Amino acid sequence: MNIPLLELSQITVSFDGLYALNNLDLKLNTGELRAVIGPNGAGKTTFLDVITGKIKPTSGKVIFKGRSITGKKEHKIARLGIGRKFQSPRVFNNLTVYENLALAISNPKSPWPILIGKQSNVQRDQIIHLMNIINLQSMANLKAGSLSHGQKQWLEISMLVGQNPDLLLVDEPVAGLTDEETDLTADLLKSLSGDHTILVIDHDMEFIRKLESPVSVLHQGKVLCEGSMDSIQNNPQVIEVYLGKPEEVNE
Amino acid sequence: MNKITKNKRWLSFLIWVLIIAFIISAPSILPVFRLNLLGRYLSLAIVALGVDLIWGYTGLLSLGQGIFFALGGYCSAMYLQLNSSQDFPNNIPEFFGLYGVTKLPFFWEPFKSPIFTLIAIWLIPALISAFLGFLVFRNRIKGVYFSILTQAALLVFFNFFNGQQKLINGTNGLKTDVTQLFGQMVGSDSMQRLFFWLTAIIVIMAWFFSRWIVRERFGNVLIGIRDDEPRVRFMGYNPTYFKTIVFGIAGALAGISGALYTVQSGIVSPQFMTVPFSIEMVIWVAVGGRGTLLGAILGAVIINYAKSLVSEALPASWMFIQGGLFIFVVTTLPEGFLGWIQSDGPRNIMVRLGLRRPLSTYPSLEADGKEEVKP
Repeated sequence: MNIPLLELSQITVSFDGLYALNNLDLKLNTGELRAVIGPNGAGKTTFLDVITGKIKPTSGKVIFKGRSITGKKEHKIARLGIGRKFQSPRVFNNLTVYENLALAISNPKSPWPILIGKQSNVQRDQIIHLMNIINLQSMANLKAGSLSHGQKQWLEISMLVGQNPDLLLVDEPVAGLTDEETDLTADLLKSLSGDHTILVIDHDMEFIRKLESPVSVLHQGKVLCEGSMDSIQNNPQVIEVYLGKPEEVNE
Repeated sequence: MNKITKNKRWLSFLIWVLIIAFIISAPSILPVFRLNLLGRYLSLAIVALGVDLIWGYTGLLSLGQGIFFALGGYCSAMYLQLNSSQDFPNNIPEFFGLYGVTKLPFFWEPFKSPIFTLIAIWLIPALISAFLGFLVFRNRIKGVYFSILTQAALLVFFNFFNGQQKLINGTNGLKTDVTQLFGQMVGSDSMQRLFFWLTAIIVIMAWFFSRWIVRERFGNVLIGIRDDEPRVRFMGYNPTYFKTIVFGIAGALAGISGALYTVQSGIVSPQFMTVPFSIEMVIWVAVGGRGTLLGAILGAVIINYAKSLVSEALPASWMFIQGGLFIFVVTTLPEGFLGWIQSDGPRNIMVRLGLRRPLSTYPSLEADGKEEVKP
């Protein structure tokens, strides 16, 4: 446990002189569930883009499992064990629920085995198991495009789980979900931590509170502070930049 | 399997029965002239299958398939020319004499072998398309930029082939109808019948092959690339390789198509690489139905047959009809005719006319509720 699973050191990303991330440092231990919050434009999504290889940092290093992954291509990073769920649900609308999960689960992912190889029974059972968890088994052969917003969010989370990454990056998983669905999602993520390391980004304070996890606050491309939700909410700096008056949040 | 899928299966089965019945009866009911036209259009269906794989499934709109089509045609024509050049000076094809060429250019040499030719017809276009594709895909060039690049490549090839009189007879092209194969004239009625059968069989094989490509996960990855390429990357797939492979396959299909078209039309020339012809290939697929394979075949054969019938009756009107057809399909049937039928278009019209009740839920759920999952 001495070596963190993921370590970002001195990450800077600048777009034409504007800093999206500014000397950002962050460590994540194996099995940890961590929430990241921050006002709009704090660099939350850029931060995920750097970890997953979509954006190359201007300077700084990303170290995953003790190896530098800075500047590697997206699919290589994904194969090393980093999975990502996007802000708005990005499932393949023209594929069925089953096919979506099958693509996530398939391994290896190079063209030849995909063309020649058959899906194993283990994978098939795993897909059915995942569909049972998200309660979509009756819609297995329905196009993902005809699912509701909440069902798509869950399908994407289950695709992420099916990919079986060591590190799950979850970007706003409860956007547009009902309260009940939000609770279920929080429970799901909590049950996944331990086996997986999870990093959740969200605006929704109630949801973050339910995760009962350490929180990092991002502001102007830097980690402003870290701690439990309660200590964060009472931190005067955080209140100033993000939360506004505490009364508003506790409503 | 649910009801919808069953209906679709039944529909494609019916269409296949009709196609095969038509192919079998065609030689006895059509005069050789018409049969030959049908054979040519069937060969165009093969290039259309390739366009459907890269555009309909993978979202790569290539406006340069004419390159690979022409390359396949040139490969077959070079073999036929060499095979029939014993009586000409220096034992080389006759046209070389016009330009004072006395020695066969080096790249003609391997085309003396029929086996080399049969492989080259699909392998050369496949390698060239995969190579060009790889360079483009590796740099993540897509969308409109990809289309423009393919069209630019088409123009480069067109101009190059046009200017090379001493190598491949330039703008005049290579004639095949007066050449010999198996001791017979390639343009003779009996040979043309043979080519018709050959084409029909290869079209069906090409369909089975394409179907196999897209049937399972490979096809789903292609659809994933079409709909959301970054998402596919973040799942651990490398879209560059998938795109390169499918573009190479489309090139191979174009080459086979061009070779069969050449022997049935009697000539290959740089005219195969004109811009409108490559765009027409896209129109056949758009009208027939993108991402349906069968739609590509039907689109290519029916549009071309209609073209020759209309042109005979009302010369010069075809371009207007083709343009109108394309606009009609793009605006009202974006999925093409077959796609429209498969997505319950006829049923929706019946509902609008008040002849049927609208469904209250997803048809597959209504059909049999919870069902066993079948991968």
